[in-house]
Formats: sequence, C-alpha cells, structure tokens
Amino acid sequence: MKIQFLYYEDCPSHEAGQQRLQQVMAELGLQTPVEVIKVETEAEAAQWGFIGSPTILIDGVDIDPPPPGTPSALTCRAYLWQNGRFSPLPSPALIRRALTGALANTQSTTEVKS
Amino acid sequence: MNIGDPIIPFSLPGVDGNTYSPDDFSAKQVLVIIFSCNHCPYVRAWEDRMVQIQADTGNRGVQLIAINANDVSKYPADNFQNMQKRAQEKQFNFPYVFDENQETATVYAAQRTPEVFVFDAARRLQYHGAIDDSYEDPDAVQHPYLRQALDALLDGQTPDVATTPPVGCTIKWK
Repeated sequence: MKIQFLYYEDCPSHEAGQQRLQQVMAELGLQTPVEVIKVETEAEAAQWGFIGSPTILIDGVDIDPPPPGTPSALTCRAYLWQNGRFSPLPSPALIRRALTGALANTQSTTEVKS
Repeated sequence: MNIGDPIIPFSLPGVDGNTYSPDDFSAKQVLVIIFSCNHCPYVRAWEDRMVQIQADTGNRGVQLIAINANDVSKYPADNFQNMQKRAQEKQFNFPYVFDENQETATVYAAQRTPEVFVFDAARRLQYHGAIDDSYEDPDAVQHPYLRQALDALLDGQTPDVATTPPVGCTIKWK
C-alpha cells in the first residue's frame, strides 16, 4: 500500500493531520511509510490534483474524493464530518475507513494472484 | 495593530445591501471585527460559534462585523454573491461585508481567517487573535478567548488574555 500526505505550508493544521494519520495507522497496526509531499506552487497543485491541505492519497486515491472538476488550489481543505461539522482535517473515522478499504483490496488482490 | 491602538475606520458594502462602518455601531459597548471568508474550513468550523456569540451578547452591547477580504479572482467561492448565500444559509446575525480592494485588511495587518479584533467602548483594541482554542470541536473548548474578552470588557475589566495567535487560512492577497 502506498500512502501519501500532501500539504500546503500556510495551512496550520498539517502537523496535526499527520499525527492523526499516524495514530490511525498505529491503531490498525500499519507500519507503511508515509510519503510526505509539500505542495508549494499552483503548478504542483495542478499536477497532483491537490484541492487543499491536507490531502491524503492511498494508492493514489483521495480518501475523500472531491466532485469531478473541483479545481486545484493552494488553500486549506474543508472536510465535512459525519456529525455535520466542517473541519480542516479529515476525521479519524474517514482515515480508518479509507485505510481498511485499501487493506481489503490489497488482500483480495493478493489472494487472486496466489 | 497593537493592543490599545484605536480602531481604523472603514466603509464597506454588506451582503444585505447596506454599507457599514464602525460609526454605525457607536452605541455598542464592544465592537468585534472578524476577518472571515466563505471557503476557509477554519471559518466554517467556527462560524456557528460566531452566530451564537452575537446572539448571546448582542443585547449586552456587543456587535460583530465579519469582513471578507479574499481575492475572489483566485477564490470565487468568496465572491460577493456567495457571501450573500452563506449569510443566508447560516443566518448571520451580524453584518458580513466585502473588502474588495483589501485596504481594510491591509491597514489592520490581518493575516488569517478567522482573525478577531475586539474594540472597547473607547474603540481601542483590547483583544486580538482566535475565537477559542478548538476549531474542531466546540465541546472541547477550554479557553473561549473571545467570550472571555467580551465578558471582561462588559464588566469594565481588561481581558486577561489580550492576544492569541489567530488560527486559520491565510488571507488570499491579490
């Protein structure tokens, strides 16, 4: 599994976001290294399809896929939690769901190959 | 701006079609200016609390004004039309005004959204910074800085905490 954490320096919560990701990974017993990517220019944002900070990609897939056509931007990202509140960070539940889904995909792929 | 500095006048169009300046609220004991916007998740996390603070303190002499100074050419979610929509959706009970040329944000040296400036009856800055210490969870707030500053000023006292680092998105400059 490939995990990438993309952030924009001007958004103050990226460290808290990384800690949250690591915490959920630890709860799941995952020791996969996380590639941390600093997005610094609009061109880089466009290249990554980065719609705001932080963004977490698992095997290249956004854990909270934005609607098609959402423009890339050097800004902070709004996550809508299940409780109806907005936060600049993804909820632990969203991260956990994405990681467990990717783990299940990895396992099923491995089983098919074997 | 530094604590003790006088308020800097402005005159800005509000989403309700009126133009607002600090002088419009000279009868209010405390004036709270919040640099805000539509798109920033920190604002979205805190804006219900902004509405609640106005509701809780308005009849005690507190007036909030929210100012959006973001560059709408790069952040169209913050344009005037979308400001009107947001104010309606969230039922803002305070003026939401547009600093299109960014002059007000510049003279206030505002950096982030949301960023709070609280002025006392003499219109001197008495608190500058964040609304509270938990953007993510209103139930986890341990230091409601803005409310504490308002309570102190309404009691004729100086806020115990006069400055905190504003936490939020950077203002999007042209």
